[in-house]
Amino acid sequence: MGTMESGIHRGRLSPAQYEANFSDLHAPLDDHEALVAADRCYFCHDAPCMTACPTSIDIPLFIRQISTGNPIGSANTIFDQNILGGMCARVCPTETLCEQACVRNEAEHRPVEIGRLQRYATDIAMEQDKQFYARSEPTGKTIAVVGAGPAGLACAHRLAVNGHDVVIYDAREKAGGLNEYGIATYKAVDDFAQKEVDYVLAIGGIEIRNSQMLGRDVSLADLKSRHDAVFLGMGLSGVNALRTEGEAADGVEDAIDFIARLRQAGDKAEVAIGRRVVVLGGGMTAIDAAVQAKLLGAEEVTICYRRGKEHMNASEFEQDLAASKGVSIKHWLQPKRIVSRDGKVAGIELEYTTLSENRLVGTGETGIIAADQILKAIGQTFEADGLGALLLDGGRISTDAEGRTTLDGVWAGGDCVKGGEDLTVSAVAMGRDAAMSIHRALAADVQPATAVA
Amino acid sequence: MADLRNNFVGIKSPNPFWLASAPPTDKAYNVERAFKAGWGGVVWKTLGEEGPPVVNVNGPRYGAIWGADRRLLGLNNIELITDRDLYTNLREMKQVKMNWPDRALIASIMVPCEEQAWKSILPLVEETGADGIELNFGCPHGMSERGMGAAVGQVPEYIEMVVRWCKQYTRMPVITKLTPNITDIRNPARAAKRGGTDAVSLINTINSITSVNLDTFSPEPSIDGKGSHGGYCGPAVKPIALNMVAEIARDPETSGLPISGIGGVTTWRDAAEFLVLGAGNVQVCTAAMTYGFKIVEEMITGLSDWMDAKGHRTLDDITGRAVPNISDWQYLNLNYIAKAHIDQDACIKCGRCHIACEDTSHQAITQFVDGIRHFEVMDDECVGCNLCVNVCPVQDCITMVPLAAGTLDERTGKPVDPNYANWTTHPNNPMARQAAE
Repeated sequence: MGTMESGIHRGRLSPAQYEANFSDLHAPLDDHEALVAADRCYFCHDAPCMTACPTSIDIPLFIRQISTGNPIGSANTIFDQNILGGMCARVCPTETLCEQACVRNEAEHRPVEIGRLQRYATDIAMEQDKQFYARSEPTGKTIAVVGAGPAGLACAHRLAVNGHDVVIYDAREKAGGLNEYGIATYKAVDDFAQKEVDYVLAIGGIEIRNSQMLGRDVSLADLKSRHDAVFLGMGLSGVNALRTEGEAADGVEDAIDFIARLRQAGDKAEVAIGRRVVVLGGGMTAIDAAVQAKLLGAEEVTICYRRGKEHMNASEFEQDLAASKGVSIKHWLQPKRIVSRDGKVAGIELEYTTLSENRLVGTGETGIIAADQILKAIGQTFEADGLGALLLDGGRISTDAEGRTTLDGVWAGGDCVKGGEDLTVSAVAMGRDAAMSIHRALAADVQPATAVA
Repeated sequence: MADLRNNFVGIKSPNPFWLASAPPTDKAYNVERAFKAGWGGVVWKTLGEEGPPVVNVNGPRYGAIWGADRRLLGLNNIELITDRDLYTNLREMKQVKMNWPDRALIASIMVPCEEQAWKSILPLVEETGADGIELNFGCPHGMSERGMGAAVGQVPEYIEMVVRWCKQYTRMPVITKLTPNITDIRNPARAAKRGGTDAVSLINTINSITSVNLDTFSPEPSIDGKGSHGGYCGPAVKPIALNMVAEIARDPETSGLPISGIGGVTTWRDAAEFLVLGAGNVQVCTAAMTYGFKIVEEMITGLSDWMDAKGHRTLDDITGRAVPNISDWQYLNLNYIAKAHIDQDACIKCGRCHIACEDTSHQAITQFVDGIRHFEVMDDECVGCNLCVNVCPVQDCITMVPLAAGTLDERTGKPVDPNYANWTTHPNNPMARQAAE
């Protein structure tokens, strides 16, 4: 088939090419590489990397544990703060978090490879199925967690550790949330998301009920009546519409659906891809979709973003990754009309844009890019039914610093929350902290403060 | 161009870099390679008496410790003196000396502490054309159990006796190699001088266990589950060696006695430090065993370039230059006051200076200023200890700045006294008070 056949086709590449293209983006560090990388850590005091980590992992300590030949102890340090440390090591934009804060940047412009070292330690512990936590005495309390993504899993694990029983209600067929459905394939190979779910669930006391969607299968009122507390950890299930002429043509798809289909495909050759693909958007989703379109054998992949490079949500590293895979990124272009032939996408007409008094406006100049597939990555929205009287703010759930919502007995965290950063690691932090808040609230319930005469 | 030619007790070599008596100088093959690489001289691996050669262990002979990036910092060795036939060594030495007449070739010797043993071997060595002999009184393992090596070097009377024999039975210059495994290095040095030695060389290796295998509980290097102490060498021992060289250089009894400096010389800087502390040349082993013979090129060019930059023409211009600056603690100027200063442009904000000072020293470095991560020395707390300088990962980021006479020391609230004053006259010194009374 090859890359030159117009239209959307599967099997463009040889099996060996698919294999190579969808293997690990970064090979794991071997023992020697890990020791060399770990030796570069200065063991800073009150380390800036640790401050930059949303889950506050004690990075200098875990790296020192690696350098002294104790990767298991290192993994324990990581999991103490972040039970999904394995996935975060793979998907965190470390270049804007811990590694950006690394003091090695000051003098050498090259940080310690914190993400890869974290993966080294957590991989070893998980391969040995080393479990670090035992459950406290059962409290008899049950907590409903909605969503088996990073926030929900982190919350459930911390609750289970503290002796509570947890039921996770998840809308999808498989647990993991975005880790399972939303991450680029080459960032989580070998079914890592499911292995991590199993690793987290091994603590015990956590039951997952799949295909249970809030608002369709259960309501918040049900959950409140059945459980002692509720944690809402849903993702963003809605997508922004393009509202452009021709959007209904064959070959137009939401990028998140494309990414999920690809992740779930056992044989990547079964995923059809266009010869010329245009991706609309400027975030991580746009990059993930574009890079993977290229890896599936598309001849030309173009990201069109309506603002400038400096406005893109995708990190510099991700943009460079896309460029290195042959994706071209065009700025200051907004979609005007999708051109179709026989009901199928044939191209997209775009209009140049500019900022006028801080407002984005079209310049009137237009052009057409030939395309047989268009992937929309123009933002996701929080959509949920069955939330009852829960107060939203700017379209997402409003919480305090501990994750408490405006409803008694209901906590929330992750992407569904106002102020969420759309990051796996932030979702983990919010889930974990909400669990501790729930635990404190339930403990106070069990043992009311004794009045001292 | 600086003149690096070396004349050490009459032994001439094109540069002051000799290979020490050790595995790298065990046979002609290695020594020829060393001379090709540019080494000025070698001390041939120690010869024993005629007869069946010593045997070595057949398992691992070396243990080590490492720094970051597995850089070798210290090596330990349980290999003995040469395990080759005496006449094979003598024949090769003679041939090598003929092939390389401009290089120094020294024979290291260790035979039992009996006059006849020394009297027998010295003419054999002399016949090779060797430029001198080095008496191995330092080997700390194996041979010392048989009454040789360090067993001699630890008893000044034996040193004096053996040196006297050697001076009596050979015309070759005698270099006495000293063991550091003693309390005061001046005593064996004085004994060697009394015996008439032409020079001393030091240090030999230090008794050591480099590590223990935590699975088998065997010391490393492990021979069938057991370990024996070995001789420690490499960069980690340099400070010990420098001190011992300096002690001999400034001791009135041994002052002026030529010294061949040994112990962790790895770069030209190390070599220059030995020279300025009184060594006439240096001997190298571990650095060559770690990196190969080529390192001598860096040593030669580094020393030469530094001498050119500083205007030193010959080795005589630098040897011993630091000796007058070595002092007993009691004579250090207590009115000299320095404070640490952090170059904010160079600071990478790792915070190590702060935590070192805060946890273990004088609480004199900030962590935050106006809520911002900022490391700055508080002059009113800083005692000038230099710990922050030593733990800072960035060279020259933190420096010690002396306070000019008359300026206020914020810590004591007193102006800096321009006059030299030491402990011997300090009012807190009970001895000083007695003297005053």
